[in-house]
Amino acid sequence: MSVLDAGDLRRAQTRIAHEIVERNRGAADVVLVGLYTRGLAIARRLADAIAEFEDLVVPVGALDVSFYRDDIGLRAVTPTGPTEVPVDITGRVVVLVDDVLYTGRTVRAAMDALTELGRPRAIQLAVLVDRGHRELPIRPDFVGKNLPTRVGEDVRVRLTEIDGGLDSVELRDGDSEQAEGVR
Amino acid sequence: MKHLLSVDDLDVESLTAMLDLSEQFVAVNQRDIPKVPALRGKVVASLFYEDSTRTRLSFETAAKRLSCDVMNFSVSQSSVKKGESLLDTVQTIEAMGIDAIVIRHPSAGAPHRITEWVDASVINAGDGRHAHPTQALLDVLTLRRHREMNGLRVAIVGDVRHSRVARSNVKALHLLGADVTLVAPPTLLPESLDGWPVHVSHDLDDVISEVDVVMLLRMQFERQQEALFPTVREYTARYGLTEARADRLKPDALIMHPGPMNRGVELAASVADGPASLVTEQVSNGVAVRMAVLYTLLGSGASVV
Repeated sequence: MSVLDAGDLRRAQTRIAHEIVERNRGAADVVLVGLYTRGLAIARRLADAIAEFEDLVVPVGALDVSFYRDDIGLRAVTPTGPTEVPVDITGRVVVLVDDVLYTGRTVRAAMDALTELGRPRAIQLAVLVDRGHRELPIRPDFVGKNLPTRVGEDVRVRLTEIDGGLDSVELRDGDSEQAEGVR
Repeated sequence: MKHLLSVDDLDVESLTAMLDLSEQFVAVNQRDIPKVPALRGKVVASLFYEDSTRTRLSFETAAKRLSCDVMNFSVSQSSVKKGESLLDTVQTIEAMGIDAIVIRHPSAGAPHRITEWVDASVINAGDGRHAHPTQALLDVLTLRRHREMNGLRVAIVGDVRHSRVARSNVKALHLLGADVTLVAPPTLLPESLDGWPVHVSHDLDDVISEVDVVMLLRMQFERQQEALFPTVREYTARYGLTEARADRLKPDALIMHPGPMNRGVELAASVADGPASLVTEQVSNGVAVRMAVLYTLLGSGASVV
């Protein structure tokens, strides 16, 4: 079942970009840090949007949280790509960006990973879809869409630059052991 | 994968995956805080029945950077001196609760034997003339960072007969498509080279100007019980990478040595410290490779890789 189409996603991203600038009274101190793989793509889009209406280049970093996860040893956790944050994050506002927020465990790992790179003034969280079922006391600051789901369901985000085709978000009956369910 | 005993435990896919993972740790090691919490609570025991500086320290550093606890077991100050058997020693340290044993032993096959006795993962840090898989991994990682491996021409020069480094490197280089030539006097080659995917030369001057990489082996005086070559000076004259020979290398050729070096024997000091030398890079990549091995063996869960 399709829950967001390309137009919905574009509008949600534009709104999030505006909210980030509004919340931080500009974006001069902001660093967007995307989580592999789709969070990084979304972070780049947010940076492009901010560049357009704010005339400001916001740095974009990439974060791989594998070595900080709490389920290492329960399953194979293989890194996706190199952690690369182009600026010193100390004293700046880091906006973590991911596609789907679920249990919150990935975000917890990301916060640990970030604090080893420096001491941000604040960490904020932007997600395209919040599907609920948090297992940790974590809440997003910027949300594209709140999507009520059952635990067994599978939220699929497709982005042009990674998956080809048009952007979309689908909700499917998945088996509960799917990789997405481990997030 | 539970143990790493030899390069034979790897195929092209798992070797490549291990090298890719090592690259992640190369990046971690360049950070201000070169440490990740990945293997918190895991205990790694190192058990060295032969002297070693770099391999032991390299494994220890790797384990600590993954937040493992490390038990260092120095054989010369232990109950082994009182005649304790390998079985008893290994069972004793396992009873203290460990997740991995890193072992170096003068007898080929000792690490394999240990896998039959313990539940912990066993990592071979060198067993006799048999294998030294993490050295081969760090060597191919280092080379891969500079050159395309497929078709790369590599000369492995020196005491091949006694060298576990050579055995492991031949396998790893071959898996990645490199073209290996062993260069040594007949007395320093193994009795049989059946099944080794290599060319053989007895004359370094024949190949020196054609190869992309020269990998020098340490002359293992401690393992040689007979005179395998007339004098060190004559060996150096014919098989050493002297300044004169280094001048005949291709302009972009690379030079490697697994250490510890006998400076002035296998290679001239000025060559070892020259721009073509990858020796110190080999050492720093060694830490990253051992992090990747520990992470793969201890971090993957039961049935993976």
